[in-house]
Amino acid sequence: MSNTAGNGAVLVVGGGISGLTAALEAAEVGNDVFVIDKNPYFGGRVAQLNQYFPKLCPPTCGLEINFKRLKDNRKIRSYSMTTVKSVSGGPGNFTVELETAPRFVNSNCTACGDCAAACTDEIDDPFNFGMRKIKAAYLPHEMAFPRRFVLAKDACSDECLAAVKASCKYNAIDTEMQTETFTLQVSSIIWSTGWNPYEAEKIDNLKFNSSPAIITNMMMERLAADNGPTAGKILRPGDDKEPESFAFVQCAGSRDENHMEHCSYICCMATFKQISYIREQYPEAKIYVFYIDLRTPGKYESFREKFTADENTTFIKGKVADIIAEGDGGVTVVAEDTLSAKKIQQKVDMCVLATGMKPAMEQGEQLGLTVDGNGFIVSEPEKGMISAGCAKAAVDVYSSGQSSTAAALKAIQIGR
Amino acid sequence: MDKVYGAYLCTGCGIGDVLDVDGLKGAASETGIEMKEHDCLCGAAGRAFIEQDIADNGVNTVVVCACSPRVMQEEFNFGESTITVRGNLREHVAWTVAEPAEGEEASEETDEFIQEMGEDYVRMAVTRAQKTEMPEPYQMETLHREILVMGGGIAGLTAAGEAAKAGYKVTIVEKEAVLGGKALGWRKMFPTSYPYNALEEPNIEQMVAEVQANANITVRTGAEVARVAGAPGAFNVTIKEAGVASEWDAPAKVTVDEQEKIDKGELEDPNAGMIKYTELNPDGQMFGAVVLATGWKPADVSEFEHLGYGQVQNVVTNAEFERLAKQGKVPAKVAFVLSPGAKESDKDFPFCNSVTSMVALKQANYVVEDNPETGQAFILYQHMRTPGNAELFYKGMQAKDGVFMTKAAVTKVEANGSGLAVTAEDSLLGEDLVIDVDMVVLAAGMEPTTAEEPMINLAYRQGPAFLDLDLFDGYADSHFICFPYETRRTGVYTCGGVRKAETMEETMDDATGAALKAIQCIESANRGVSVHPRSGDQTYPDFFMSRCTQCKRCTEECPFGALDDDEKGTPLPNPTRCRRCGTCMGACPERIINFADYSIDMIGSMVKAIEVPDDDEDKLRIAVFVCENDAYPALDMSGMHRNKMNTLVRFIPVRCLGSVNMVWIKDAMSSGMDGALLLGCKYGDDYQCHFVKGSEIATKRMENIGETLGSLGLEPERCGVREIAISDYDKVPAIIDEFVEEIIEMGPNPFKGF
Repeated sequence: MSNTAGNGAVLVVGGGISGLTAALEAAEVGNDVFVIDKNPYFGGRVAQLNQYFPKLCPPTCGLEINFKRLKDNRKIRSYSMTTVKSVSGGPGNFTVELETAPRFVNSNCTACGDCAAACTDEIDDPFNFGMRKIKAAYLPHEMAFPRRFVLAKDACSDECLAAVKASCKYNAIDTEMQTETFTLQVSSIIWSTGWNPYEAEKIDNLKFNSSPAIITNMMMERLAADNGPTAGKILRPGDDKEPESFAFVQCAGSRDENHMEHCSYICCMATFKQISYIREQYPEAKIYVFYIDLRTPGKYESFREKFTADENTTFIKGKVADIIAEGDGGVTVVAEDTLSAKKIQQKVDMCVLATGMKPAMEQGEQLGLTVDGNGFIVSEPEKGMISAGCAKAAVDVYSSGQSSTAAALKAIQIGR
Repeated sequence: MDKVYGAYLCTGCGIGDVLDVDGLKGAASETGIEMKEHDCLCGAAGRAFIEQDIADNGVNTVVVCACSPRVMQEEFNFGESTITVRGNLREHVAWTVAEPAEGEEASEETDEFIQEMGEDYVRMAVTRAQKTEMPEPYQMETLHREILVMGGGIAGLTAAGEAAKAGYKVTIVEKEAVLGGKALGWRKMFPTSYPYNALEEPNIEQMVAEVQANANITVRTGAEVARVAGAPGAFNVTIKEAGVASEWDAPAKVTVDEQEKIDKGELEDPNAGMIKYTELNPDGQMFGAVVLATGWKPADVSEFEHLGYGQVQNVVTNAEFERLAKQGKVPAKVAFVLSPGAKESDKDFPFCNSVTSMVALKQANYVVEDNPETGQAFILYQHMRTPGNAELFYKGMQAKDGVFMTKAAVTKVEANGSGLAVTAEDSLLGEDLVIDVDMVVLAAGMEPTTAEEPMINLAYRQGPAFLDLDLFDGYADSHFICFPYETRRTGVYTCGGVRKAETMEETMDDATGAALKAIQCIESANRGVSVHPRSGDQTYPDFFMSRCTQCKRCTEECPFGALDDDEKGTPLPNPTRCRRCGTCMGACPERIINFADYSIDMIGSMVKAIEVPDDDEDKLRIAVFVCENDAYPALDMSGMHRNKMNTLVRFIPVRCLGSVNMVWIKDAMSSGMDGALLLGCKYGDDYQCHFVKGSEIATKRMENIGETLGSLGLEPERCGVREIAISDYDKVPAIIDEFVEEIIEMGPNPFKGF
């Protein structure tokens, strides 16, 4: 398989659960597929999740199968740390220019970890939203694929770089590595660029930066994960207190014309899931959920039922007006209960903002994509540009699987 | 293939620091294979070292004793005519050695417990290489590429159209006289593009016309599928006139007990007059794969008596209202009830989904549209479910004059003069409401056709229906969040209303995905490889039938219904239905089911390759059979974390716990090992087993073998099963230690040395 794989080759941009699915489904039909991700690893957003709702199973279980499928399939080529620079041509004959950022660790790496042991400088761990420091020579996480270290060269002193280089028995550290550009010829492009958590600091009234006790739901996933900054113990950032009370602020940035108009689909279920994390560790903790609607339709309804029955969990229908940092490290959440029309001031030890999904693709229009008013990529199979998963609309993992499997067929049709 | 072996030991990544290289090489040469060493096998020089041997000495079976088989696959792939077998000395041995305690020097001497571990893994890898064979993919005599789509509604039309666009022939079977399904009755569709504020004209007629005009699509209306026999790539399908019984109807499953009663005349044969399921219809049509898109029916709402459906006039369901709206019969004042639970429950109606919230919004729009001056629509919800972009539509409807919405518990609907009075409590308006309306619309759910009927009508030994759909309230859904198209019937994919209550837009995506899976299954059958989750696997189970005792365990236990059987009970394999989990291999007491690269003899020999010291009470040995999908990666990551691992256990990867044949446990115990442990996936309602039933079946088998051990005077607790999730990597060492401690307390296997 060369870079000009010819008829029917598909480029998949973004290697999270949607992109991996689209790439594998197309390749298992028999098409040549290139899949790229901007991160040094594949797996995307779901790799950061502790568990999936409603089964409460680890996302890495499905990723492992997908990575195995990918490793076993010679029809797929994967490129990490790679982004699209430009797209020209049309359906059936796209020319795509791509750029791979330097990893500063070459393919000799065996992931033995000697470089990390020798590395003296540290960075904020991007996988854990900066909630801990890690060595500047690092494996992004346990399940990282490719299983190859990354060197954050800019964060390292010359002495540190020298020590890292000297520590590697396999000559895998290459501090001179440059950005590389290359070109692919493909018939169609699947855009599965996923989402980022909405920037909580933009929601003025929720005062994200006023207290370490205010975290986002994605940070909560990392706090609850065994491979997270607290080894799975849910502790209040800042003082490591074992919280006795929690507030969940739903629709943080979603369903709000000042931020994002759309509903982010997953945050209600994510909150119920996170209540299960809390219950496992703190059976008595008080939990307050501030919501507009509890969107747990269909098969998710029985999952919600388990937790609405919990006597230590209170559901308040009302939008949060303000969050006030308190001297003891906790916060007070201010809201109006729309059912009783009473103003509520609830003091809690920790507050979780259920921040929504913001489409991650920002240069869509420059790359020839049609982007809707909320930043989602409009799927245009007739133009050979197909969107999938949360790049297309806010959906859950299950629906992402459906939409990216569908995208694979749309892509394959073009080469035929 | 005449095998020429080459064994290679990597001493990098700490392996050479922890283990005595000569000892490892000695373990290999015991089996007649000399092992060569290199300090970095995965590097260019290391690979060249191996390639040299392949070129010079004709090596075609390479044993790499280095890192985990989960890494460096590409590096150790020496082409299609070379077998590579891996021994995991890094993650499972070198990286599991305890770091010296603070202040203590690392010992210069090799720990003999660790060394014995390493040597056992070398022996097992070499044994595996000796016992493995190059797979030859199963080739069908004739591959059929046409796709059968059952159901001619939105889902079926989409699946057919999309498959045809990819170049495949399709037949649609629809029981009604016309194509189009329920969507023919819809007046408007939800908005599908930004800003999601305007309802759209239904495009169903256009879809029907396109399908009818498509030369690649054959339409059979007024028809039903009597039975689907055969297997992917060669399904033999009998299509019949709708509603008419046929001798080719799919037979119901008859258990062994039931058959006995039937034979004695104590039970009526449910399949009387039907042709046996194993018989293929010579007039049947051949297909490669099937898409099930038979949709849904409106769910019953009469159980909610306080809402008056069936009792009070002008209380209708959403589906009934849509028909009225299409005919232009929309009253001016209409209440929409989204949740039936009064004050007791805030759930939606049964079989609902967000689509039913959206239907209420859409229909509220008809009310104000058709009654511009007087129209009033009241939507009474507990939770307005408009996820994603549907929120924008909801927002638009909130701003509409004449549309009123509130959270409320609807407690009563009763006749009031010529109209209706709706009583609601706990509303956002702060007081109890009584609304006078002309009509009440209940947001009824969408009950899948699979809830009560098999629909797919398979002529399979395990019966005509998908199994265990009660897990999904009758929907033909997947239990795998990551893999929504998984079903337990290979080559049959479901979409649309049979999967869940979906909007038209969702249905089209879903049906397109199902079409892809159907195509993929056909192409996989063509290449002779497995579909998900062992995609691309060229092996398949081989049955040595002359030794079969017709015990039927394999046919009963296959999670995918891949095995039929003849009159005597001898299995009739269908390799293209098979997912290669090996549950049949694990089930077979005669040990006659094997794969080219995975066999009873291979794993049994690997177990026997473990050296069992018979004179050292400190050196107990426990065989641990490890699910390679989840538990094995967890062990790898435990190694990456440099967690200390118990040195008395030996890990043997298996395709799925379902493939563990109890003879291996007996082999282990009779060779003097002191215990056996299975590490596999969670089972039960929230099962994580990728082969659905493997870990559950293995657990049952282990319970039974426990009894056998008991009868031999051995403690049944010497054999155990533990559920391990892939994320349990930091927990797994303690789980294993605990099991080993129990064995230590029981003491060595008393049969050791016999």
